[in-house]
Amino acid sequence: MLHYRGRAKRVLESLGIQDYDRIRVRRGRLTYEGILIPRPEILDDDHIILKLDNGYNVGISLNGAEIELVKRSSIIKEERAELGRFDPRKPKVPLIVTGGTITSRVEYSTGAVKSYERPEELLDKVPELADIAYVEYVPLFAEFSENLTKDHWTRIAEEVYKMLKGGAEGVIIAHGTDTMHYTAAALSFMLRNLDKPVILVGSQRSIDRPSSDAVLNLIASAKMAAEGEIADVMIVMHGSPSDEFAYAIRGTRARKMHTSRRDAFQPVNEPPLALVSRNSIKVINPRYRRRVKGESHVFLDAKMDDKVALLYVWPGMPAELLSDVADRFNGFVLAGTGLGHTPKWIIPKIKEIVGMGKPVVIASQCLFGRVDLKVYETGRRLLEAGAIPADDMLPEVALVKLMYVLGHTKDMDEVSKMMRANLSFEIGSRISLRDFPPCWGVCNGL
Amino acid sequence: MDYRGLGLKVGLEIHQRLKTHKLFCGCPSHLREDEPHQWVKRKLGVSYSELGAIDPAARFESIRARDFFYGVYHDTTCEVEIDEAPPVPLNREALEISLQIAEMFNMEVVDEVHVMRKIVVDGSNTTGFQRTALVALGGDFSAISTKWGDVRIATLCLEEESAYIVESKPSYAKYRLDRLGIPLVEIATYPDIWHPDQAKEAALKIGRMLRATDRVLRGIGTIRQDINVSIEEGARQEIKGVQELDLIPKIIEREVQRQLNLLKIRDAMRGRGLGEGDFNQSVRDVTHLLVESKSKLVRKALSSGKKALAVRLPGMKGLLGVELQPNRRFGTELSDYAKVFGGVKGILHGDELPGYGISEEKVSAVREELDCQGDDNFVIVLADPDSGKLALQAVLDRVKQALKGVPNETRRALPDGNTSFLRPMPGSARMYPETDILPVITRPYLEVVRSVRVKTPEQVIGELVEGYGLTEELAWELFDSEKDRLFIRAYLENKGLPSRFFASVLTGLMKSLKREGFDVDRISDKHLLDIATLLAKGELAKEAVEEVLKGIAQGKYKDVLQYLREARISDQELERVVDEAINRLEAKIKEKGERAFSAVMGEVMKVVRGKVDGAKVSKLVRRKIKEKLEEVS
Repeated sequence: MLHYRGRAKRVLESLGIQDYDRIRVRRGRLTYEGILIPRPEILDDDHIILKLDNGYNVGISLNGAEIELVKRSSIIKEERAELGRFDPRKPKVPLIVTGGTITSRVEYSTGAVKSYERPEELLDKVPELADIAYVEYVPLFAEFSENLTKDHWTRIAEEVYKMLKGGAEGVIIAHGTDTMHYTAAALSFMLRNLDKPVILVGSQRSIDRPSSDAVLNLIASAKMAAEGEIADVMIVMHGSPSDEFAYAIRGTRARKMHTSRRDAFQPVNEPPLALVSRNSIKVINPRYRRRVKGESHVFLDAKMDDKVALLYVWPGMPAELLSDVADRFNGFVLAGTGLGHTPKWIIPKIKEIVGMGKPVVIASQCLFGRVDLKVYETGRRLLEAGAIPADDMLPEVALVKLMYVLGHTKDMDEVSKMMRANLSFEIGSRISLRDFPPCWGVCNGL
Repeated sequence: MDYRGLGLKVGLEIHQRLKTHKLFCGCPSHLREDEPHQWVKRKLGVSYSELGAIDPAARFESIRARDFFYGVYHDTTCEVEIDEAPPVPLNREALEISLQIAEMFNMEVVDEVHVMRKIVVDGSNTTGFQRTALVALGGDFSAISTKWGDVRIATLCLEEESAYIVESKPSYAKYRLDRLGIPLVEIATYPDIWHPDQAKEAALKIGRMLRATDRVLRGIGTIRQDINVSIEEGARQEIKGVQELDLIPKIIEREVQRQLNLLKIRDAMRGRGLGEGDFNQSVRDVTHLLVESKSKLVRKALSSGKKALAVRLPGMKGLLGVELQPNRRFGTELSDYAKVFGGVKGILHGDELPGYGISEEKVSAVREELDCQGDDNFVIVLADPDSGKLALQAVLDRVKQALKGVPNETRRALPDGNTSFLRPMPGSARMYPETDILPVITRPYLEVVRSVRVKTPEQVIGELVEGYGLTEELAWELFDSEKDRLFIRAYLENKGLPSRFFASVLTGLMKSLKREGFDVDRISDKHLLDIATLLAKGELAKEAVEEVLKGIAQGKYKDVLQYLREARISDQELERVVDEAINRLEAKIKEKGERAFSAVMGEVMKVVRGKVDGAKVSKLVRRKIKEKLEEVS
């Protein structure tokens, strides 16, 4: 194998050199010797990368370089300690792997990131898991979460269903964090009559780093899945920048609110369900489904219509945009401004689309708070046009829910009724004053 | 000592902070003393298999499964330092400075710089790794010449400074994040140094070149040396954190001494027929034998619920008391191991007992309990049972190593030139690419650097001599004590400043005050600049400078003006002192006439030295003597 392109590829190939071969390069006053490291595609083809014996990588220009092969690559076997074992007497908790960085490790001889192959490898990094659960490893697919579609959600739901029917006490799904909250919402609607915990977990710092948040996230997830009382679809990740506790956040209420922080996932319009530390689970929010002992009576209802669009309203948004896409989708969610508004010239278009038998749901880009179309003229006119308010649902949840609803009915009245009904705690009747995390003053004691 | 014959090999690693913002974020390289605004608690997880037998240093840290607390400053540190956001691209100014330094040393700059992650699990980096990049390589062409021969520069790395450790306990460590991420260059030499004084000279020369760029930070802690030392038959030691150049030869001499003494202990142990198997001893609880001890140490420990644990060291009598370095015995080394691995306060051993209030009788009881025969020795720790066992196991392991000679260690430099055990030397560094940072092609930066002329230290000194009327010696002293900038500023701001005198204040006087034990840290640049101003205006006597500085160092004066208010003598007062002296020495004046001047002057200066300008005093004394002589004639 040779991961080089263009000029570098030609030069190396002509010398019969492959990735990880030991080579010598004379250039200028120096003679470098080291292992040839594959070069990432985004970099140019004028340099080669060498890992020197002191561990450092350096890039060497091919201009004036004399290269020779010293030794063929020999697979450097990394010494690995004996791995621990899971105890089959502990609660059975399968770990479904869908991608993300939570099950990868670094091979130091090359710097390559490899995926775990066996569940025991997890114990290498998180030995605490063995005390909590009997973890089975279920590799489903390996995909960055931004590439997931409705079909992936369905496959996950089917796998969870199978696992729960097969006697699992709870299921953990390792997932990339970008769209984890979409998958969580989808599973919340697809898994009906859920009576065991279903946990989505990921990491904001990949598990190959010593400072990875995955360790605490996995421990907390296993704890919730094996011992927790709450039988909902949840995201379990860090509750603060410290490695102290995680929050279990309802799948229909969670949102990734920061690009990189460990505590990026926050509940919107309700408190977290529970605070989970290494040793305890403290329930915060009493609104949840309870775990039922013994056999699971969950059933799968994965019918979805993914011809639904989510559009972000902006000042000056042209009405034609809606006409341009109206034909291609069966339903729309508009993330409106404020209480759920759109520019007035959009409203006739909305009326037109509704008239075509395609539902238009209005959520708010404020995220926090409830859509209310009765307060201002614009809102009232949106209601008249047939728009459906998303109440206190997140725009992304409204999107996934509309896919689910349209998978079941195209009848406009029925759609409206279902969208406004609480199917999976995605809609609440009250929002407490404390349910607003970005409140700067409160965080800073002002 | 015949260092050549001993096969002494020394290499230096010099770390120098750069004058620019942090390496991987936009935060200022601003050090703090105040309490952090927030503490974040973290764990570091390194997988056990990765550690395996490969990296004892890392494993030993992870065994302790510590909590790490990081102090955050909301105004000068950001999400990057606390590892809540990926690093921003490498600070280009820092790269430029490091390239400039590489050019000064005539090193070969790599074509493309790749940032690596070097695993460090002592908690000193929030990420668990230090970001570091190899920028330039050296060889025969990049050597520093010294009186004892050339020292080749091997590598130059650009890396991030670690977090500042506030507190370290076996169960946790606390760090502040103000220092984390400050860019530094690490310059490593080949182990070409064979004489202790050569190490100092090489370090001095490297330091001078760095300072000559004027793009490095100055002051305490901004440059530090790690020294690698080994002798034939001994083992390589990495001695960390030497901040004073003058200490370097002493540290090396003492390390040689330590290794030679450890080899003597090895030979003695072999001579006594001891083998590793002799030290597979089990730990015994001897609390019951010591409950009624009169020793305060023992009673305090036991009353707080600790236990007395002991272990037998067969055939080791007398060897724990052997001095390795002045005031550091083999027992002290064992104690270091017990402290580091078990987190105990220290050990008690048979070669120092009876002692510490522990009677002969108690010692006999312990020996008997442990089945100690003739020249058997023993070690006791006072600790909770888990820590105590770890501590004694570490002691046994260290004694086993003594049979082989000198173990490879990372050691900490102590102020007296000795060293203490810090941790086992890590295996080869575990490094992998920092995927969050793109590699940087150096050529465009190198072109910028080459277009700027950089002064050599000799050029800097030449300018000081010519431009400011200093002697060459004084100029070097100013430069080496990092006071040249301050001097130039004082000179330019104060016309008529007695420049040589002021330069000697900044160098010789400050040094001697420090040597005499004055707290010179209390003397700020502002104080010194005020002195320059007042000297130039003639409002402060040269003679007074020493007293002012002493007073500030003692906290007597908060600034120079306060001294002037409180200590200066009025003209009236001065006249009174002179009159008194003349009256006292009347006979002498009558006898010697004007030649009595120096006697009178001496008498007066005893009282007014430093409080008034000497020239003014001498004028007054001459006048008064004349008057007196006129009066008597």
